[in-house]
Amino acid sequence: MNAVLATFMKRRMAWPLIALLLLLAADQIARPGFLSVRMQDGHLYGNVIDIIRNAAPIALIGLGMTLVIASRGIDLSVGAVVAIAGAISCNYIVNAPVQGSLSAALIGVVLAIVLGLVLGAWNGFLVSTVGIQPIIATLVLMVAGRGIAQLITSGQIITVHNDYYKAIGDGYVLTLPIPVLITAAAFILAGVLTRKTALGTLIEAIGINPIASRLAGLKARNIIWIVYVVSGLCATIAGLMITANVTAADANNGGLFIELDAILAVVLGGTSLRGGKYSLLGTVVGAFVLSTLTTTVYNFGIPANENLVFEAPVVIAVCLLQSPKTMELWQRWRRSSQLQAKGITV
Amino acid sequence: MFSLSNVLYVRSNKTGNAVTRIDPRYAPTLATVGLFVAMLVVGAVRFPNFLSAQVFLNLLIDHSFLVVVAVGMTFVILSGGIDLSVGAVVALSMILSAKLLQQGWSPGLVIPLVLSIGFAFGTAQGLLIQYFDIQPFIATLAGMFLARGLCYVTSLDSIPIRDPFFTAMSQTRIGLLFIRTPDYHVYGQVIVPVSDAFVSPAVLIALVVVAIAFFFLHHTRFGRTVYAIGGNENSAVLMGLAVARTKVLVYAISGLCAATGGILWNLYSLSGFPLAGIGMELDAIAAVVVGGALLTGGYGYVLGSVVGVLILGLVQTFIAFDGTLSSWWTRIFIGTLLLIFILLQRLFSRKGFTVPGRRPVANVPVRPLDTPAALP
Amino acid sequence: MAGKLPATAPYIHKDVMVNEMVPVVEMTDISVEFPGVKALDAVSFRLFPGEVHALLGENGAGKSTLIKALTGVHGTASGTIKVFGEQKRFSTPAQAQAAGISTVYQEISLCPNLTVEENILLGREPRRRGSIDWRGVRSRARDRLTQLHLEHVDPGSMLSTQSVAIQQLVAIARSVEIEARVLILDEPTSSLDADEVNQLFRVIRDLRDRGKAILFVSHFLEQVYQISDRMTVLRNGKLVGEFITRDLPRMSLITKMIGKELAVLTELDHIPARKHAEAGADEKPFITTQGLGRRGSVSHVDLSIYPGEVVGLAGLLGSGRTETARLLFGADRADEGAIRLEGAALKLRSPRTAIDHGIGFCSEDRKEEGLIADLSVRDNLLLAMQASKGWARRIPRREQDRLTDQFIKALDIRPTDPDALVRNLSGGNQQKVLLARWLVISPKLVILDEPTRGIDIGAKTQIQKLVNKLAEDGMAILFVSSELEEVMRLSDRIVVIRDRAMIAEITNEDVSLDDIMGVIAGAVS
Repeated sequence: MNAVLATFMKRRMAWPLIALLLLLAADQIARPGFLSVRMQDGHLYGNVIDIIRNAAPIALIGLGMTLVIASRGIDLSVGAVVAIAGAISCNYIVNAPVQGSLSAALIGVVLAIVLGLVLGAWNGFLVSTVGIQPIIATLVLMVAGRGIAQLITSGQIITVHNDYYKAIGDGYVLTLPIPVLITAAAFILAGVLTRKTALGTLIEAIGINPIASRLAGLKARNIIWIVYVVSGLCATIAGLMITANVTAADANNGGLFIELDAILAVVLGGTSLRGGKYSLLGTVVGAFVLSTLTTTVYNFGIPANENLVFEAPVVIAVCLLQSPKTMELWQRWRRSSQLQAKGITV
Repeated sequence: MFSLSNVLYVRSNKTGNAVTRIDPRYAPTLATVGLFVAMLVVGAVRFPNFLSAQVFLNLLIDHSFLVVVAVGMTFVILSGGIDLSVGAVVALSMILSAKLLQQGWSPGLVIPLVLSIGFAFGTAQGLLIQYFDIQPFIATLAGMFLARGLCYVTSLDSIPIRDPFFTAMSQTRIGLLFIRTPDYHVYGQVIVPVSDAFVSPAVLIALVVVAIAFFFLHHTRFGRTVYAIGGNENSAVLMGLAVARTKVLVYAISGLCAATGGILWNLYSLSGFPLAGIGMELDAIAAVVVGGALLTGGYGYVLGSVVGVLILGLVQTFIAFDGTLSSWWTRIFIGTLLLIFILLQRLFSRKGFTVPGRRPVANVPVRPLDTPAALP
Repeated sequence: MAGKLPATAPYIHKDVMVNEMVPVVEMTDISVEFPGVKALDAVSFRLFPGEVHALLGENGAGKSTLIKALTGVHGTASGTIKVFGEQKRFSTPAQAQAAGISTVYQEISLCPNLTVEENILLGREPRRRGSIDWRGVRSRARDRLTQLHLEHVDPGSMLSTQSVAIQQLVAIARSVEIEARVLILDEPTSSLDADEVNQLFRVIRDLRDRGKAILFVSHFLEQVYQISDRMTVLRNGKLVGEFITRDLPRMSLITKMIGKELAVLTELDHIPARKHAEAGADEKPFITTQGLGRRGSVSHVDLSIYPGEVVGLAGLLGSGRTETARLLFGADRADEGAIRLEGAALKLRSPRTAIDHGIGFCSEDRKEEGLIADLSVRDNLLLAMQASKGWARRIPRREQDRLTDQFIKALDIRPTDPDALVRNLSGGNQQKVLLARWLVISPKLVILDEPTRGIDIGAKTQIQKLVNKLAEDGMAILFVSSELEEVMRLSDRIVVIRDRAMIAEITNEDVSLDDIMGVIAGAVS
C-alpha cells in the first residue's frame, strides 16, 4: 500500500486531485446534499453538473494551451480570440437575413472557426518561422485582438436571438449540457490524435530537448505551427460556447483573464511551464479544481466579490507544493529529523 | 558630454574597411525616439492644433500614473522577469485609500500606508519567485488575482474622494508661465480655453519618480546589478553580486510604483473603483517594449519607457483628434507598434550585436521568461 | 607514479631550486565521488606563486572536477585544501573568489550587456557620497586595461561589441582588479586565433612575473609547451605526475596522458581482429569532402569514406574531431569546401538532409544532445524513424514492438522493458539505445562520436564488436574516439586532427600506437 501511495504522490497530478477531493468533501460537509444530482425537465441538475459545465470552456482552452506549453511555448492571445469569435459570429447572425435561422447560426459558427484558425496560424507563423519568443509573439494578438473584436462589434454589445446558436452554450443533449459534450469530444479527439499519431510524442520531444530533436532529424517548424493553430481553434470554440451561453458578444469582457485561468489549469494539472511531458487529463483536473474552487467559495456563503481572495492562496499553495524546491526542503527536513532521531546532530 | 560619438562606433569589416555601426545598446531606444518624433511630425501636419504645448503636456497629465507604473515595470523587465500584478495593485491602492479617506483618515497616514502595502506585496512576490523557484509569470499572476480579490472585498462600488488635500491637489494647475499658447484643455466633455500651459502636481511627482529611478539604475550598484542579472544571471552570481536580494527588490519596487500610480490616479479621478487598472499591466509592458527594452532582460532605459508611454498616449490622441476612427483602434495600433518593435528587435539580435567579420559574440541571451536560469 | 607527492618535493622555479616556498594552493588526497563513478581518486596538487602551471588530461581524467573542487562548485569526499597555508573549505564560488582564487571560464562569465569598464569593476565601483563615481570607474578601468596592454580598447564600449579574445582579457582584467592571487584559465585559447593567443600569453607572462599563480587548463599541447613552467597530468581521476615542462618530451607526455590500460586491452584481445577492408580499384566512396571547414571550428578536412570501411578520427580532446563529425552530418553548416555524396554534390544544411541521404550520427554528449531523457526506450529508439515518416504517420504498434524487441535483443539493452525511461538506464545501455536509433533506419554511413566514453567494459566491448560487424555487412563508419587503442583496433584508416585542422591520413596496416601518438604529437610527420 505504501508503495502505491508513494508512486501516486510522485505524480504531479497528485496534489490537484487531492485538493479537488478535499474541496468537494468540505462542500459536502458544509452543505449536505451538495454532491447530489437530480433529473429535472429531462436534464441533469446539481452543483456537480454546474462545476463541470463551468469548467468546460476553461478546460477546452486549456487543451490547446497544454499542447502549446508542452512544446515550450505559451499562448496569451486566447482571451482575445474568445472575444473575436463571439464578435464575428454574433455580428453575422444579427445581420443575417433571417436572424433566428439554422443557416445563420451555422454560417456564423463557420466564420468564427475560420477566423480562429487564421489567428492561430498567425501565431504559429510568428513563433516557428520568424522565430519570435512565444510570450512576445502572442502578446501582440492579446493587445490588438480586443481592438479587433471591438471593431467587429462597433463597440456595442451585440445580442442575438437564435435558438440554434444559443444551444451551443445552453442546450442539453442526452441529459448532458452541450458545452460539456463538446469539450469532452474535443479532449477525446485530441487524445486520439496525439496518441494515435506521433504528434504527442514529437511535441514532447521538442519540448524536452529541442537540440536532440533536431539532431534526430525532427523538423520542429510544422509541429509548432500545428499546436498554435489547435490553440486558436480551441479558443474559438470555447468563445462560441461562452458567447452562446449569454447570447451576447461583449468585446471588452468576453474571455477576460481566461488565458490566465487556462494556464493555471494546465500548470495545476502537472504540465510544466518549461515544456515537455504533458497531461491532457491533468488539465481537465486542473480546470475542475478551479471551477470547484469558485463553487466552494459560493457554497460557503462567501460573497461573490470575495472569491478571488480565497482562490489565489489555494493556487499559490498548489504551485508551492508542486515546486521541486519544496520537495528538496521536505527531504532535507526529513533527513535531518531522521538523523536527530538517531541522536546525530547536524 | 553625450555626443554622437557615444552612439556610433567604428570597426573594420571583412575586407578591412572601417565601418560605422550604431552602438547596439542605444539602437532600440533611438528607434523609439525616432518614432516619437515622427509621430509628432505626422500629427502636426495632419491636425491644425496639434503642435501646441498643451497637447503635449496633456499627454503627461493624462498618463502620469501609467508613467510611474511603467517605471516599476522597467526594473522588473530589466532583470529578466515580468510583473502581471501591477494593474491589480494600482486598483487596490486606489480603493484602499479612497475607503480610508472616506472613513476620515488623514492623507498623511493613508498615503504612506498604501505605499507600504504596495511595497510589501511586491516583496512577497519577489520572495516566492527567488526562494521558491516559482516562475515570475505564475507568481505575479496569483498576485494579480489576490490583489484584485482584495479590491472587490474592500468595495464593489466606486468610492468618491472628498478629502480636502486630495481635492486641492487634483485641481491645482501648475502653470508653466514661460509657455504661452492659445490653447485648450478638455475637462470631461467641456473644452476650456487656457492661456498658460500647465501641468498637474501628479506630473511633477511622476517626473520625480522617473528621476529617482534613473539615478538608481545608472548611478548605484543596485541598478547595475539589475542590468547584470538581466544580461546574464549566472555571470552575475559568479561575479559575486547580491543577486537574490536584488531580484526580490525589483518586485518590491514594482509594487511600490504601482501603489504610487494608484495614488496619482486618485488625484486624477478623485475616486477609487475596483475595476480600475484592468489590462494596465499590458499597457505597461507595451510601453516598456516600445520604449526599447528587451523582454529577455538586460537592455532598456527608464527614459525609453517614458517615451513609450507617451507614444501610446499619442496613439490615443491621434485617434481622438481624427474623430473618424473609433477608440478601439487604439488597441489595434498599439498591437501593431508592438509587433514592429519586436520584429526590429529580432533583426537586431541577428545583426546588430555581431562584430562584423567575426562569429557572433556573447549574443543576447535567449531565455524565455518562464525559465529560471540554470547554474553551471 | 601514484597519487602522493613526496612531502619535501623541491619546488623548481625556472633555474632556481627553492625548498622553502609555500604553495599558494595545496590540495592533498582529494577524492570526489559521484553516484557510480570516482571522478578524483586521492589526487594531490600544488600551485606556487609566480608560475604558469598547466593541468592536462583527457576528458574524464578529472581536470574540471579538480578545479570545481578548488573553486567551491563541488564538495569533496575527502582530502584537504590549503590556500596560502591555511586550510579552507569552500562551498560557493563567491567564497573561493573572496579567498583570492579567480576563474576565467571557457564561456565568458561576464555580462555582455554592460560596458567593458563596468564589467571590470562590477560590484566594486568606487563611490562618491553614495552614488557611483563614473570618472573613477573610467580611470581605474583604463589603468587595468593598460596593464594588460589593452590601451586601444574603449572602456565605454559594450562588452558584446568586442571580440571573444578581448572579452577574455577583460575577464582577466577583472580578476586582477579583485586582486586575485590565483588565476585559473579554463581552456582560454579555444576560440582565439594565433595573434590573439600571443596577446593572451603576453598578459599571462606579465602576471606571472608579478607573482601571480596561474593555472592553465588546455589541450593544445603546443601552447602548453609555449607558456607553462610546470604541469600536472591526470588520467582516469588519478594523478600521473607533476613535471617541469621543458624537461618532458612531447612523446612522454602523450604516453602519460593516453597510455595503455592493461585491463582494457586484455578484454579487447578477445575480439577477432577484423580483416581490414581494402577498397577495390573501382569502388566508389560513399562520401568525399574537399577542403571542408567552418570558421572558428575546423578546417582543411579532406577525407573519403568507403562503404564497408571504418575510418577513425584521432586526435586529442578539443582538437576538432567533434566539429568535423558535425560538419559531416549537417549539424553545423560548412563555410568552405565541398561534399560529394555517392558522386553527387551536396550541401548538408541540416541533420534532416543528412538523414534523408542515409547518414546517422551519435552525438558525443549523449545526455544533452542525443537522448530525450524523459521519453521511453521505445520512443528514443524509434525517434529518427518516426521523424522521417512525419508526425501524421505513426509507426504501427506491432511494427514498433517488433523493431524494439529486435534491437533490444541485438544490442543486449538492459533492462529489456521498452517503456522504461531512458534516463534510468546505465550509460552503456543509453549509448546502445542511441546507436539503435540509427540502425533502425539502416543508414549507409554512421558517425559515432565517442561512443564508448564513460561506459562499462562489457558494454564497451559489445559496441566495438557491433562496429566490426556493421562494417563487415557493408556500412561505412566514421569512428571518433580519444582512446587510441580503440581507434587502432577498429579502423581501416585513421585520420588525424590537431589544433582544428586535419593533418594526416594513415592506413592502418603495420602501424603502431607509438607511430600514431607521434603524429598527434607532431614529432613525426
